[in-house]
Amino acid sequence: MSAPIIIFFVLAVMAALGAISLIVQKHPIHSALSLIVVMVALAGLYLLMGAEFVAAVQIIVYGGAIMVLFVLVIMLLNAGVEERTNFSKMATFGGIPLALALLVAIAGAVVGGHGSVQAATQSGATAPTKQLAGLLFQEFVYPFELTSFLILIAILGAIVLAQREKI
Amino acid sequence: MVPTHYYLILSAILFGLGTVAFVFRRNIITIFMSIELMLNAVNLAFVAFSQAWNRLDGQVFVLFVIVVAAAEAAVGLGIIILIARIRRSLNVERVDLLKL
Repeated sequence: MSAPIIIFFVLAVMAALGAISLIVQKHPIHSALSLIVVMVALAGLYLLMGAEFVAAVQIIVYGGAIMVLFVLVIMLLNAGVEERTNFSKMATFGGIPLALALLVAIAGAVVGGHGSVQAATQSGATAPTKQLAGLLFQEFVYPFELTSFLILIAILGAIVLAQREKI
Repeated sequence: MVPTHYYLILSAILFGLGTVAFVFRRNIITIFMSIELMLNAVNLAFVAFSQAWNRLDGQVFVLFVIVVAAAEAAVGLGIIILIARIRRSLNVERVDLLKL
């Protein structure tokens, strides 16, 4: 087994254990810390795939900004251990079969469809961040500008929602 | 060189775990975090395909997904603060005004 495969399995097990921990932890702050583990492991996987810029953005935006926001809100609202409630009948008879159907569909697509993916070439791009910048600011410049509008509207929405009294 | 379908299988596992967390958890903040987990799984698939076809379009899409996730986190957490202030609870079962 070569070194990238070993690194992949270490990071993949880390990500999967973090995701399982997110489900089984009772306290939301523990779930948030588990999610940070998943995000750091995914950043490592992006580095392994040669996507350095995406890895840096993953750490800065997800691990830095979004998760700090989550932890801040959890502490602000003083969220405690969640109370268990009974499942409704709809969840039992509709939700669980549909979740299993989704699982089967995804598993079928992954197992059945990877033949065509394997035929791809090796990654040999030089300075991918430079190419990424060219792609982002030339070919995808209009979607990029639209995202700035989206951010602006999100800022306004967050301020309007979180203010205590109407101005 | 790790085969691409390894990444896709990990992505599917993470997405499935995110779905399970979304369905089974009752705390609204944890449900929101499971959405972020699913977005991360999709990002992993995007980068894996980007590497497989040696094209960078997938990484550009990942940046857009991250931007949308950040906007969603800001607005969604504002809504969560409002719900917590009005309902005095973070349990989604208590937010049932539209239920018959």
